[in-house]
This record gives sequence, C-alpha cells and structure tokens, in this order.
Amino acid sequence: MTAPGTAVDTFDPRASVARAPRVSFTRALALDLATAVVLWRRDLVRFFRQPSRLIGALGQPIIFWVVIGSGMSGTFHYGPAGPGYLAYFYPGVVIMVVLFAAIFTTLSVIEDRHRGFLQTVLAGPGSRTALVFGKALGSASVALSQAALFLALAPAAGFPLGAVRWPLLFASLALVALALAGLGFAVAWVVDSPQGYHAVQMTLFVPLWIVSGAMFPVPADRPVLASIMRANPVSYGVSAVRRALAGEGAPGALPGSAARDVFVCLAFAAFGLALAALASRRAPRP
Amino acid sequence: MNEPARGRSPASSPPRLSVEGLVVRRGPREVLREVSLFVNRGEILGLLGPNGAGKSTLFSILSGLIPAASGVVRLDGHALERGARDLRAASGIVFQSSALDGKLSAEENLRLAAALHLVPRSEARERTLSLLERVGLAPRAKEPVERLSGGLRRRVELARALVHDPSILLMDEPTTGLDAASVKDFWAEVLSRRREKGTTVVLSTHRPEEAEHCDRLAVLFSGRIVADESPQALRERVQGDVVVVEAEAPEQVAAEIGRRLGLKAHLRDDGVHVEHERGHALVPRIVEAFPPGRLKAVSVRRPTLADAYLFLTGASLEAEEGRAV
Repeated sequence: MTAPGTAVDTFDPRASVARAPRVSFTRALALDLATAVVLWRRDLVRFFRQPSRLIGALGQPIIFWVVIGSGMSGTFHYGPAGPGYLAYFYPGVVIMVVLFAAIFTTLSVIEDRHRGFLQTVLAGPGSRTALVFGKALGSASVALSQAALFLALAPAAGFPLGAVRWPLLFASLALVALALAGLGFAVAWVVDSPQGYHAVQMTLFVPLWIVSGAMFPVPADRPVLASIMRANPVSYGVSAVRRALAGEGAPGALPGSAARDVFVCLAFAAFGLALAALASRRAPRP
Repeated sequence: MNEPARGRSPASSPPRLSVEGLVVRRGPREVLREVSLFVNRGEILGLLGPNGAGKSTLFSILSGLIPAASGVVRLDGHALERGARDLRAASGIVFQSSALDGKLSAEENLRLAAALHLVPRSEARERTLSLLERVGLAPRAKEPVERLSGGLRRRVELARALVHDPSILLMDEPTTGLDAASVKDFWAEVLSRRREKGTTVVLSTHRPEEAEHCDRLAVLFSGRIVADESPQALRERVQGDVVVVEAEAPEQVAAEIGRRLGLKAHLRDDGVHVEHERGHALVPRIVEAFPPGRLKAVSVRRPTLADAYLFLTGASLEAEEGRAV
C-alpha cells in the first residue's frame, strides 16, 4: 500500500482500527423491513385521510375518459367489428390512473426529504434501498387503490366485472405501478426541484403513455412509430390490461401472450426499482 | 489552538463519537477543512458558529446522512462502515428543518419513528404518550402536526428524536422558533436524559445562551475548528471586561478612541467594543474624551460567548458568514 517515497510510519487511522461492531444481519434485515413497512403504511394513511385526493382520483380519469373518448369516437374505427373508442380507450385510462398516481406520489419525495418525514427515515437505521422499496410500495398501493375505484366503471365500458381476469389485472397494474414509482423516485431524487421533476415527467413519462397503445393501436403503416411502441414497456402494461378485461385476444393487445406481457412488466418494475435504489445512494444536499 | 483544553478521554475508553480530518467540498469551495473533534459518553458538545460556517454540513456527517470527501467517523473508536447504520441506530436526530409528516398527528409521527427503530408496539405506545405528556403536547396529540404552531412542532421534533431512547442525541439548532419558557423545558429534558441515562449530546447553535449549557464548545469558522474548550475557558480568552460605546457615528467614535486613548476599538453590531482589564476605570475616560452629546451610552459587561466568538474570528455569531469566500 505504501507508495514509493512515502514514509512508512505515516499513520492511517483507518488501517489500524478494527471494524465497527455491525448491526447483525438479521437485525439489519428487520430494520429494513420496518423501514419499508413504515413508508408504505404512511402513504396509504395519507391517501385515505384526504377526501379531496379520493375524489380527484376518481373524477379526473372519468373526465378524461368521457371527454376524450366521446370526442374521438366519431373518427376512430377499429376494424369492421371492433370496439367503439370508449371501450378501446378504457384500458388506457386505467394505466393513466396508475401513471398519474406514481407521478404525484413521488413528487412529494422532493419536499419530503428536505422538510419532511423522509428526513426521519434517512437518519433512521434502515437502508436507502429499504426506503426506495417502501416508497415504491406506498406509491403503487395508492395507484392500485385509485385504479380500483376507476375499475368499478368497467361495466359501463363494456367489460362485465365477472369476466375480468383479476389476477392478471392486479399483477400487471402492480408491476407497472412499481416501475413508474421507481422511475419517478429516481427523477425526484436526482432532479431535486418540483419544476425540473415536472419537466422530466411531461417530456418523458407522459409521452411514454401516449405511445403505449393506450390512445391508438400500433399503426401498421408507420414503421418507426410502430417500433417505438413495441419497444415501450408501458405498451405491455396496456396490453396486459386489455387481455385482463377482454380476454386473450382482446382488440388492441400486442401480438403474443398475457404471460409475455406480465414478464415485460416484471422486467420494467425491476429496472425502475433498481434505478431508484441506485439514485438513492446519492447524498441529499445538506 | 486545535488542541482540546480538556475532556481528552483515556486511551482505554475511546470517545463515544469522533471525527478525524473531515473534508467536504462543494464545487471549488471547501465547506469543511480538516475538521477533527470528539465527544465522550455523557458529554454535551456544542458546535458554535454562524450560519454558513459549516455546522450543518458537519452535522449531516455526524448523523450519517452524507459522506465526507475524506476523513473518518468513529463510533466508540471503530471506523464506521459506508452507510453508517450503527451510528444511525444509536442516534436520535433533531434537524434544523422539519422531519415530521404534517398530515399525520404527533402521536402517529412518533409511532412511525419508533417503528423505524423496531421499538415493540406496546412500548412505543407508552413512550409516545409519556413523551408527548412531558413536552406538553398530550392534549393535541391527535391533531395533524401541520395545524400546530412552529414552537409546538419543534417540541414534537424533540419527542420524535427521543422516542427510540437513543444513546446519542444530535441536534441542529434545536431551539429555533421556541419561546424562552420552551427553551428552558427543552434543556431540562436534555439535561435530565444526560444525568439519568448518560446520553451523549451534540448540538449546533449560534445562540450564546444555549452554548452555556454545553460541557465543551467546538467553535467553527469558515469550515475549521478554531477552538475546542469549555464555555468558561472560551470566555476567558477575552481579557478583562467589554466596554460597549453606543453613538450616532460609531466609525468615527471607534477611530477617535484609537487616536485619543491609544486603545483598540472594534466596530460591532451593538456599538463600539473596547476590551479592557479594568472596564469600569475606562468608562469615565471614554466619556470625558468626547464632547457631551456625541455618545448615547457607555456600558461595561463581562465578556459573553458571543464576545469570545468575535475575539476568535472577528466575525459576529449572529450574522451570516459570507457565502463568497
């Protein structure tokens, strides 16, 4: 370790001292679990305590669905016997609910870590990765709760609740929600200003939703756009929701199977969470 | 000057918490320059300095929130691992800004904080109630914290930092926004913890009256520790008394005191300061040296920690240290 010309008796305090007695592995695991559960619980308590958020969670997608859906229904034609636009657009709005929930719940991270409860968590004994998982679980749970409210309208869109494949719907929505929460967290952590956060969300994440097949199907005569849509992981979330609501061969679903859709969503979630965990290692500004 | 005046622990028992050679850079600026200090078990160490001196940065390192560019943090003599989990498990932290969830009640905030440290549920409930009782918040324990006044919220912060019964208490400007009575209660709580449980306390402050409670003060100026000694030793750095002259044109008065009396006069926020062995004898000389009406007031006092800080650094403790260095 000694560079040539360096005095050998130079005292390196780090070299001479035994490592700190570490918090045991099981204890560390328990602390991380506690951290994740605390953050998860907190997001849910906050969500259900604010009636305005509950109303907004239901009102905003309904308006979106009905207004855009009605406006487009005259010009939209999906094959000879295809669905009307309101039915086509509905699964896309379900994913939009999840996207917006992820955007709003992770936006709070910016304020929360400088002047809020996240400071307590950061200074607590849990790891940053546990913090990320707790926050993502909280955000995803809020997103799923909002989606559940909106899904009560599925029969109105022509999807009887009895025919819905709930496990597929739940799995795909939960994975997309975790992925978007992870990405939102990473953006919030790195950008660290609400303005910058919104700029990134509007230029990156909202377009991701627009080219996911939520609003229009993959166009056969636009190869560039078609490949973008097939490369977009959110497309597979939308596709899975279509299959959950209208069966394996649902109109607008990507060619392939529900299992493939869920697998892509799983990879997307893993990517989003890993990115968030990586971002969280950056020190907060003091 | 960096040599601590007292409190050096024997080699057999290392300090509870210590840092050596901490350097933190922000862009080209060195926020902390080779900062070394320690605090023994049961000791109250104050970090004294104006805003911008590097206190909050040092504080963030001590609480395991940010790593230093170089240097080492030790807990009981052991160098901390990356992540500093051991330190964070042992510490209760009061931040300068809020660390509470405004939508949740004081009780919920405390319960969640206890859960982070794996305090068993029933014990967490008991401690939460008794702490909120002690800081006078029991009647409003179930209200959302955002509805409480700034002073009350500050008390919740202290209760939150104590809920897992930490052996180290780290506090960044803890009494900001508290009225005099609350500051007194706050210190009573801190001192009783130290007495009963041997809690180690590190706090940063720019308030001289708060610094008086500390066993030892580390004075920070421009990212360096310029003194590390007891409040009394620090005060004694200023020889004799401080004579404060208030006048309409303090610059001229300071210059004239220098010229006519051959004394060194410093221009300060509250007037012209002259340090002198026998202040009371100096007062009539100053009064007679100026025509009637030139001076508004001349007073003598024992040096305070603020005077000592001025003496050491030439800067005022209350002022903001210049951002551009």
